[in-house]
Amino acid sequence: MLNPKKFLKAASLSAMLATTLVSGSASAEETIKVGILHSLSGTMAISETTLKDAMLMLIEDQNAKGGLLGKKLEPVVVDPASDWPLFAEKAKELLAVHKVDAVFGNWTSVSRKSVLPVFEELNGILFYPVQYEGEESQRNVFYTGAAPNQQAIPAVDYLLENEEVERWVLAGTDYVYPRTTNKILAAYLKAKGVADEDIMINYTPFGHSDWQTIVSDIKAFGSAGKKTAVVSTINGDANVPFYKELGNQGISAEDIPVVAFSVGEEELAGLDTEPLVGHLAAWNYFQSVETEANYEFIAKWKDFTKDINRVTNDPMEAHYIGFNMWVKAVEKAGSTEVDSVIDALVGVSVPNLSGGYSTMMPNHHITKPVLIGEIQADGQFEIVDQTDGLVAGDAWSDYLPDSAKLISDWRAPLSCGNYNVETKSCGGDS
Amino acid sequence: MYSKLLQLVASALLVVVALSFQSAHAEPAPQQLVNALATGKLKQKPAQIEALAATKNPAIIPVLQALIEGELFYLKNDGQVVIAPQSGPMIDAATGKPLSGLNKSSLKKIKANNKVRRIARAAIAKLTLQSPVLAERQAAVEALFKAAKPESLSLLLEAQKNETDPQLQTRLAQAIALISLQDKAATAKAQQAAIAQLRSLGGQQALALLQAFTARDDIAPQEKEAATRAVEAIEKSMALWGIGQNVWYGLSLGSVLLLAAIGLAITFGVMGIINMAHGEMVMLGAYTTFVVQEVIRSSFPGVFEYSLAIALPLAFLVAGSVGFAMERGIIRFLYGRPLETLLATWGVSLVLQQAVRSIFGPTNKQVGNPEWMSGAYELGGLMLTANRLWILAFALLVFALLLVVLRRTRFGLQMRAVTQNRRMAASMGIRTPWVDAFTFALGSGIAGIAGVALSQIANVSPNLGQTYIIDSFMVVVFGGVGNLWGTLVGAMTLGVANKFLEPYAGAVLAKILTLVFIILFIQKRPRGLFAQKGRAVEA
Repeated sequence: MLNPKKFLKAASLSAMLATTLVSGSASAEETIKVGILHSLSGTMAISETTLKDAMLMLIEDQNAKGGLLGKKLEPVVVDPASDWPLFAEKAKELLAVHKVDAVFGNWTSVSRKSVLPVFEELNGILFYPVQYEGEESQRNVFYTGAAPNQQAIPAVDYLLENEEVERWVLAGTDYVYPRTTNKILAAYLKAKGVADEDIMINYTPFGHSDWQTIVSDIKAFGSAGKKTAVVSTINGDANVPFYKELGNQGISAEDIPVVAFSVGEEELAGLDTEPLVGHLAAWNYFQSVETEANYEFIAKWKDFTKDINRVTNDPMEAHYIGFNMWVKAVEKAGSTEVDSVIDALVGVSVPNLSGGYSTMMPNHHITKPVLIGEIQADGQFEIVDQTDGLVAGDAWSDYLPDSAKLISDWRAPLSCGNYNVETKSCGGDS
Repeated sequence: MYSKLLQLVASALLVVVALSFQSAHAEPAPQQLVNALATGKLKQKPAQIEALAATKNPAIIPVLQALIEGELFYLKNDGQVVIAPQSGPMIDAATGKPLSGLNKSSLKKIKANNKVRRIARAAIAKLTLQSPVLAERQAAVEALFKAAKPESLSLLLEAQKNETDPQLQTRLAQAIALISLQDKAATAKAQQAAIAQLRSLGGQQALALLQAFTARDDIAPQEKEAATRAVEAIEKSMALWGIGQNVWYGLSLGSVLLLAAIGLAITFGVMGIINMAHGEMVMLGAYTTFVVQEVIRSSFPGVFEYSLAIALPLAFLVAGSVGFAMERGIIRFLYGRPLETLLATWGVSLVLQQAVRSIFGPTNKQVGNPEWMSGAYELGGLMLTANRLWILAFALLVFALLLVVLRRTRFGLQMRAVTQNRRMAASMGIRTPWVDAFTFALGSGIAGIAGVALSQIANVSPNLGQTYIIDSFMVVVFGGVGNLWGTLVGAMTLGVANKFLEPYAGAVLAKILTLVFIILFIQKRPRGLFAQKGRAVEA
């Protein structure tokens, strides 16, 4: 287990930590550095640039309020260019060279997986703002996006209760998030008594554009006399031709509704929404949420970007929550020292934009409400359903046999991200 | 001042509400039920709509219609329900009288979800089933056909008696058949009629119902046998139509491949230039379409239906002139050095992508479909979507035009002469450098007009070209370098093969299998399907 390379890194890390500690307490003129690790070029730039801007706005806002612990916050922006190995290098740069106190970043799961060892070795703090497939809990990472039980499962529940859906198409792009989510959903549906022949699972390559066969399969699957819905984990660009083909083949949202987990305000902006109207999306936040906090946030955002057409979306709210949690935890700990902030973060509670308070759980996931929205012609969502209370993020899904027995609790004395309740040991089932 | 007026109107409205409340005691007018729509949660809406529908009062149709369209609101202060269309005056939902002096900010939208809209549509259908307007009756029958609920059976039977339109008559009979087959109380005669009706209707929905029917144990053996035979007949015809449908999907995928590859068949196939920037020519064509539509939207909204026709020559010119500049500026210095050409054109492709990204931004651009390119035609068991149909026709047209240019024009003759024997052509007085430049421009221009067509089915983004470049090379190499017919046959073969594999192997594996097949095929026949023969090959 102990390899020399790792040992060396650990040694250099502790040396570095000592220096940051010393310099941190040395003078009050110094700033507190916040790292922003979002792609500003390449394929993910479309989504991630917005999050960088959102972070800059939040930091500017905090500085206007007098900064943190009497110091100004200083953003450090790096560009990992949608290149997964580069994410690890840039994370290292942020932690080792710039010595930032917290990092807000990443979008895709593969980029998060590539920075995990860096944050572990250099003992940093990462706030990850995007909905993901779960099955992970790491000491240095705080997951402010939705786990599957905060997005996928409530969406399926909505369809079960409100649309009385009996047949299910789970359609996704062929990579880790859709595959894991669909595995959880299939297990969940079977637990709800849905028969095997009433579930159709379909995967397509990235950027798939010829949906004729699949849409006609869905249509055939859906005309068996039972109400059918599509749960879509289709990613990015492939969505538009998919919805277009649905429209062309005469399938409306009233016939076969599609509920998507990757289609938000940002993705709909500037698109021909005609074929999408009435289809659904599940998120923890919509721009159309009617609260004072949200109105204020939207106004600030439009002001900051100097563009009245800019929209807000769910991962932005996740950063809003995450940033405020970090600020509060630093105030609580009285320093930016990583270990005490990590301990202080658990239990911190801050207002979210949908009118409630989100709390950081011991498993480093947060509590959020789940909203179901219908796509409108203007690219906004009309909220048609909302969970009664807040839903706590579950790192390890209860619907997969391997992960059902795992729990995560980073508080002492357990301090474990994958504690196996059957074998009573930390380290999962391996 | 204004608020005072508002108050006055509001109080006047209150009086109206109160008055109608009184009359409600005598006869349940929908006023009360209409206003109930403003109360309660989404989950209560279905019951509220059912209650409205139970009044059988045609006055509720516009109310439900507005609910479906998202134009139904209520006053925040007293909960009165109003219809506020996107344009035009607001109306009192219950009385249908126009309202004035109301501000949109004093209204709150009454939400509906898919289920509520479905129920509202069915409620409207029940009321309009006997409407004197044919279109309304058609919509009503379709809605009830889709829902196929036992409670609408008596309504449908009644409508069938009075229906005069023969087409609608059959549709009604089919809807009745769908319902009576699920009806436990149906007579043997009704069941037989329903089975016969569904057998002629065919399709997945009828099949599922018949299968469920044969599984029932309370039916006579005679009906069971008839239903089993009907199931077999439908399955057989569906299998046949399924093959036809796959061929169609294959041809339409093939036509997209053909469009993407046809320009490359000139630049790579005829001229032998490994042109990595080919995809970006397609992208330029698509962005030209976007710009044309933007200009039309802002300045001449009347001609939107012709936007594609206007974009075609412009896209040809834009992509063609970029191609021309590329040949004159870069490629002509690199003839005979394929590796350098590959790298140089790849560089150009990156420059073009980034240029478009800087000018138009990294996000997808919205290119609208004209009316005539939306929707679908049904041909027996086949479903032909309009945009695919047009693209297939367009691809074949472009192909035919290109063939004519190559075979029948002076330019085509010179082009073939230059590519077959450059020195001989030069000595006959052909200015070979200019022929090269125009040939490359032609290939690029054709890629540009392909972009116009592809903008209708793909995302218009800076990455558009990258999605098609591999496919294009695949088609040209498979079909045989230097042969236009090869490109046509290659594109169609790959399209159909891919679509026949997809239902069995899935989209991901089908694509991989196609690639493996091409690799093996090229091993066996390195020159592709239609290899060029003769001395020209050696040159």
